[in-house]
Amino acid sequence: MRYLAPTTLDDAIQLLSGDPGDCRVLAGGTDLLVRLRSGDAEPDSILDIKRIEDLRQITKEDGGWLIGAAVSSAEMNEHAELKAAYPGVCEAADLIGSTQIQGRCTLAGNLCNASPAADSVPAMVAVRAVARVAGPNGTRDVAVEDIPTGPGKTSLEKGEFVASIFLPAKPDRSGDAYLRFIPRTEMDIAVVGCGLSLTLDNDGTCTDARVALGAVGPKVMLVDAAAEALIGTKLDDAAMQALSKACSDAATPIADKRGTVEFRTHVAGVLARRAAAIAKTRAEG
Amino acid sequence: MSNIHVTTKINGDPTEYLCAPDETLLDVLRDRLGMTGSKEGCGTGDCGACSVTINGRLVCSCLVLGAEAEGAEIETIEGMADGDQLHPLQQKFIEHAALQCGICTPGILVAAKSLLEKNPDPTEEEARYWLAGNLCRCTGYDKIIRAVLDTAADLRKAS
Ligand SMILES: Cc1cc2nc3c(=O)[nH]c(=O)nc-3n(C[C@H](O)[C@H](O)[C@H](O)COP(=O)(O)OP(=O)(O)OC[C@H]3O[C@@H](n4cnc5c(N)ncnc54)[C@H](O)[C@@H]3O)c2cc1C
Ligand code: FES
Ligand code: FES
Repeated sequence: MRYLAPTTLDDAIQLLSGDPGDCRVLAGGTDLLVRLRSGDAEPDSILDIKRIEDLRQITKEDGGWLIGAAVSSAEMNEHAELKAAYPGVCEAADLIGSTQIQGRCTLAGNLCNASPAADSVPAMVAVRAVARVAGPNGTRDVAVEDIPTGPGKTSLEKGEFVASIFLPAKPDRSGDAYLRFIPRTEMDIAVVGCGLSLTLDNDGTCTDARVALGAVGPKVMLVDAAAEALIGTKLDDAAMQALSKACSDAATPIADKRGTVEFRTHVAGVLARRAAAIAKTRAEG
Repeated sequence: MSNIHVTTKINGDPTEYLCAPDETLLDVLRDRLGMTGSKEGCGTGDCGACSVTINGRLVCSCLVLGAEAEGAEIETIEGMADGDQLHPLQQKFIEHAALQCGICTPGILVAAKSLLEKNPDPTEEEARYWLAGNLCRCTGYDKIIRAVLDTAADLRKAS
C-alpha cells in the first residue's frame, strides 16, 4: 500500500484519477482505518486529503457555508457562527462517536462511507446541502441525497471525490434540527435518525420544510409527504400528527438486533415530531 | 512496501521514525518507539485506551496512521508526569482508587487532561460525555468521574 499526501487540490485530483489501482480517500479515517484493520478494504493506495489547506477551511459563500472535506466534527462545533446558522447539521456531526472520533471524523467521510445510519446525512439533506465533487473533468455540484446509492455505495465516478460540503443560505425565520434514537446515551449507531428544517412567515405559518430519515431504508430518505404535512400550517397538533404519520408510512426499515420493523417505523414518526418542535423554536429565534 | 520517514515531536521531544504506510500511530508508539503506555483495547476506536493528542486534539491513535503524524505534535501518557512528580490527575486517581486493572487508565488520563484544558470547570454530565469513548470494565466509572471533578476543583483553586 502507498500513502499519498498531496498539498493541493489539483495534485489530489491527478493522483486519484491517475491511480491505476484501488485508491481510497482518507479524511478522518474513523471508518477507513477500521476497514483496513478488518481486511474489509485492501486498497493499493491511500490519499490523505488533510494536508490540502483549502479543504481544512470553513468559509462563508453566497450567504451560506462551505465546509472543507478535511474539517472535523469538533472543528465545526467550535465554530460559533456555523453552529448558530446550522444547529441541526452541527448537532448531528456532534453525535458521531466519542470525543476522540469527533476530533477526526468529517461530514464528507460520513457521507461517502454511505452507511444508511450515518448521522450527519439526514441533517445535511434537510438543509439542501450540496456536495462539491472534484474530479478530472472539473467540479460538479451534487445534492447530498444523490451521493449515496445504497449501503456502502456512492454515485462518485472513478477519480472523483468530495472536496467540500456547501450549506446554502436559508431565509430568515428558518430552523433545522437532528434527532436520533439509540439504546444508550452515547457511542451507538442510529436505530432511526431524522433531520428536519423549516421556514416560518411572520405569522408563524410554515412556508417551507424538508424532512429526511436515516436508518429506515438502504439510504437516506427525503420524505416529501412529511414536508407537505407541515407547509401551509401553523405546526399545530394536527400538522404534527400528519408529519408523524407521513414519516412512519415512508419508513421501510429492516429488523435487526437494534430494533424491529414496528419499532423503527413508530420511532421515525416520533422523532420527526420532536425534531419539528425544536426546528420551530429555532426558527422563531 | 517501502517505509515512510516521519518527523514529529512527541511529548516535546523531536522524534523521527520509519513506518509502513498502513501502520497505525499506536503501533509506531508501542512497537517502534517502545512507548507502551498507550494501550490497545480494541483497535477500532471503541475503547479509548489508545488516546493521545495530536496538535492538541484528542484522538484514538489506533485510528491514525503513523505517516499522518508528519510535522505534528503528539502528547502521550508518557509526557504527563514531570519526572517523579505525578500530574494532579494521576495523584487524584490514586487517592480516589479510580483504577483497578489499569488498562484503561492511560487513555482516561490523557482524555481527562484534554477535557480540563478545554473546560476547567466541567459539570459531571460534561465529564461523563467527554469520557464516553473511554471504556473501563473494572471501576464502574464513578470513582473516575469523582477523581476528575476533584482535580478540576483543586486546579481552579490553585490558579
Ligand atoms: C467508535 C466509532 C463510533 C462511531 N459512531 C458513529 C456514529 O455515532 N454515527 C455515525 O454516523 N458514524 C459513526 N461512526 C462512523 C464514522 O466515524 C463516520 O462515518 C465518520 O463521519 C467518517 O468520517 P471520516 O472522515 O473519518 O471518514 P474516513 O474513514 O476517512 O472515510 C470514510 C469513507 O469515505 C471515503 N471518503 C472520505 N472522505 C471522502 C471524500 N472527501 N470524498 C470521497 N470519499 C471520501 C473513504 O475513502 C472511506 O471509504 C463511528 C465510528 C467509530 C470508529
Ligand atoms: S485501541 Fe484505540 S480505541 Fe480501542
Ligand atoms: S481499571 Fe480495569 S478497565 Fe478500567
